[in-house]
Amino acid sequence: MTGTHLGMPAFPPFPDAAREAVRDGVLRANLRHATHTIRGKRARAVAELADWERLRAAGKAVKDHTLRHLDRYLLQLEASVTAAGGTVHWAADADEANRIVTDLVLATGESEVVKVKSMATQETGLNEALEAAGIAAYETDLAELIVQLGHDRPSHILVPAIHRNRREIRDIFRSEMGGWGRPAPEDLGDDPRELAEAARLHLREKFLRAKVAVSGANFVVAETGTMVVLESEGNGRMCLTLPDTLISVVGIEKVVPTFRDLEVFLQTLPRSSTAERMNPYTTMWTGTHEGDGPSAFHLVLLDNGRTDTLADATGRQALRCIRCSACLNVCPVYERAGGHAYGSVYPGPIGAVLSPQLRGTAGAVDASLPYASTLCGACYEVCPVAIDIPEILLHLRERVVQGGPVTREGVRVRLRPAHGHTAERAAMRAARLLLDHPGALRAGERLLARARRLRPRRLPGPGRAWTDTRELPDIPAEPFRDWWLRERGNRP
Amino acid sequence: MSTRDRILSRIRRATAGAPDAPPVPRDYLRVHGSRTPAETADLLAANLTEYRATVHRTDEDGIARLLARLLAASRTVLVPPALPGHWLASATATRVHDDPASTPYDLDRVDSVVTGCALAIAETGTLVLDGGPDQGRRRITLVPDHHVCVVRVPDQVVDSVPQALERLDPTRPLTWISGPSATSDIELDRVEGVHGPRTLDVVLLGAQ
Amino acid sequence: MRAALFVTCVNDALYPRTGIAVVRLLERLGVQVDFPAAQSCCGQPQYNTGYRHEAEPLLRRTAAAFAGYDHVVTPSGSCAAMIREHYPRMGRRAAEEGRGGGLAELAQDLVPRVHELTEFLVDVLGVTDVGAYFPHTVTYHPSCHGLRSLGLGERPRRLLAAVKGLELVELPGADECCGFGGTFSVRNPDVSAAMGTDKTAAARATGAEVLCGADNSCLAHLGGILRRAGDPMRTLHLAEILAATEEDPLEEDLLEEDPLP
Repeated sequence: MTGTHLGMPAFPPFPDAAREAVRDGVLRANLRHATHTIRGKRARAVAELADWERLRAAGKAVKDHTLRHLDRYLLQLEASVTAAGGTVHWAADADEANRIVTDLVLATGESEVVKVKSMATQETGLNEALEAAGIAAYETDLAELIVQLGHDRPSHILVPAIHRNRREIRDIFRSEMGGWGRPAPEDLGDDPRELAEAARLHLREKFLRAKVAVSGANFVVAETGTMVVLESEGNGRMCLTLPDTLISVVGIEKVVPTFRDLEVFLQTLPRSSTAERMNPYTTMWTGTHEGDGPSAFHLVLLDNGRTDTLADATGRQALRCIRCSACLNVCPVYERAGGHAYGSVYPGPIGAVLSPQLRGTAGAVDASLPYASTLCGACYEVCPVAIDIPEILLHLRERVVQGGPVTREGVRVRLRPAHGHTAERAAMRAARLLLDHPGALRAGERLLARARRLRPRRLPGPGRAWTDTRELPDIPAEPFRDWWLRERGNRP
Repeated sequence: MSTRDRILSRIRRATAGAPDAPPVPRDYLRVHGSRTPAETADLLAANLTEYRATVHRTDEDGIARLLARLLAASRTVLVPPALPGHWLASATATRVHDDPASTPYDLDRVDSVVTGCALAIAETGTLVLDGGPDQGRRRITLVPDHHVCVVRVPDQVVDSVPQALERLDPTRPLTWISGPSATSDIELDRVEGVHGPRTLDVVLLGAQ
Repeated sequence: MRAALFVTCVNDALYPRTGIAVVRLLERLGVQVDFPAAQSCCGQPQYNTGYRHEAEPLLRRTAAAFAGYDHVVTPSGSCAAMIREHYPRMGRRAAEEGRGGGLAELAQDLVPRVHELTEFLVDVLGVTDVGAYFPHTVTYHPSCHGLRSLGLGERPRRLLAAVKGLELVELPGADECCGFGGTFSVRNPDVSAAMGTDKTAAARATGAEVLCGADNSCLAHLGGILRRAGDPMRTLHLAEILAATEEDPLEEDLLEEDPLP
């Protein structure tokens, strides 16, 4: 295999993709409306809990403890799930996970599956792999349905179609639903209620006849083998309870040690993601239950770059992520650039630290992602498991420009500095040399002051990036240190 | 080497030498605030109502009449194996007993379902079903479009999520329900009613 | 009381007025201000771009320049945050790389002595009314590092609210980043400009004459956008407002058009 697959072909560097997005007025308006709507709601939902910071600290600690002893908890999980009637499979990468799922579906003799929204299977590109094997995969989450029908890419973790407004969704439903099954009503309007109703009718025939379902999981409990899926629409319940066979593809970092640990995350996740005290539906199942739900249950445990991420002392905290997407909703860069610019199923701040770790920093977009942030810290502030995203961004910037030790596919290697930073590296070094020699610095400042009347409106070269949209500041007649020498120079 | 062993050995190499993670601080609250049982029931009702469930209150004497009213528009009602017989004594809807051989299509033709619950959580406005004999299989509260859930007050009501988990058995299939089906997928604005039951009636059953 | 001014490289070269304002303000409050000439840049541009090793000599230089001072005051939230948050990390990383504990010791010694200007005024000197006079409408943009890394909270706004003649108007969405972000402003110029334009639009909508901040780098970005748009709103560092008094007002030309001929 060639590097970790995150379900996406090669993408341009972040700044190039973001430029297109910034100029798309409809997209900007859609994102602004959606992120600002959820931002205020989240803040109110969180403010209801006086112990929020303590829950946050507990969530962080549970995840850190689990990751520290991940081998032990995965083995315990395997034993619990098996004892409860499930079957556990292990997948080192996307290809292996897709192969396991495809074989399991083919073994049932079915040629279609219904899917609960799952980041893990988006990451592996499972739908495409199933299609290649002649199996139709139907996304049943409303937003995923919009993305699938629109031949589009997801742009948000929680709301993959966040970049679409109601009118665009109506148009997609009208033109595409018929090709997949029950068509949308001719006179479908753009009221969200009508759109949800159209999705209900379209998907119900698929739910009722489905024999195989594919899901992910929000949490998996090692102690009991209990799987947990949080959702809102009921599509999850449909997939998790009606079919005969259920296949859940789950990243190895999703395990928590005990059933009791859920008391932390079931309080922090809904409030962080949809800003609700509790999401409408949560399903918990443990293996198979006689007479209730699927009679065959398969758990596919997915690595796909996670153990490599775990090997990095600074970067491994990204594995605490519970995919709430609060960091996306507060990120000013995400709000302007949109999710597609991140070139991954994981957009926004968490994507900027997760993708370059899961996939490595060799690709153009992955090398640019650590820089897709102003380091404003809003993401860290809202993260319910206290992932210090700015710290990881800085760490990955260093990896990109300085190189350093990194683990790829289980092997510790030393990365060389990425290409394309030669001029910057030289400039940084020159600046440092100048700044580290106050005599030279003072001479430079005076030179600048003497040339102040030449302050150009547009700079050439890399400086153009500033002056295209902004004036340069005025150059003062003298630097501060000259004023000080003149006015206070008699003092030390 | 199997994939399983490869992943496990990668994990061991990745964490070798890492400092032990500190113990999990459990100083978060077991309950947010202090309430009498009546206040807890009121909070449950308020939170369920905010998420567009319709909350009713009655006692053992009134439940048959209340359920008959809630099911007045239903031609058929699904009945779990051990629903207390007198609850539906006045209902005119035809009772459909859950048959393990029934298909999802059969369930789709039923109008309503009446169940009890394992417990309810006041702080979050959540009902939890655990497949007990007065609740039945998970699918019967999912496919029909109208769910009436009876909560015994105060016995089945807890204040908080931590209290709920203490009382639940993870080996049973658990369904947590907080209001009717909803979505925030269109412009991140919440609208009610997608795939699950679009109407959720909650009956708080206790001394009036 | 004696304090050393860490003016920062950006203020030294481009915003000497801010440094002068800090000196006048602190002297007015009875502080003996020193300016150790060996100071330079804190290393933030290098560190934040990924060149941690290039930032290390600047950590050493900064630590040496301010050795022996009980208080180091800087009119920049982001430079204060660089020292407080990242110097200890740089020290730790150097030790992990087998290069000894020297950097960590320097950081540990320096960090508790460094104060951002508003912290120094409110926490160390214990003043919020600094006797300033500034008869203008002002809105305040709290820069991210001051807001979130340092946790400056209400300090800057309390200082501004106590200024005689000043009318403080709230900036909607104040806690949102302005889009400067150091090298972000040139690496991602489109997103940076979009963020800055939204921020200046929010500031303009308040009707204030002055957009005030406590980080001149953010103000250079926002001021650059305002000036390119021909907007009369001016950007001013908090220190310059706090330094202005009835006897010694801020030179009027700073509130008018481009002071250059």
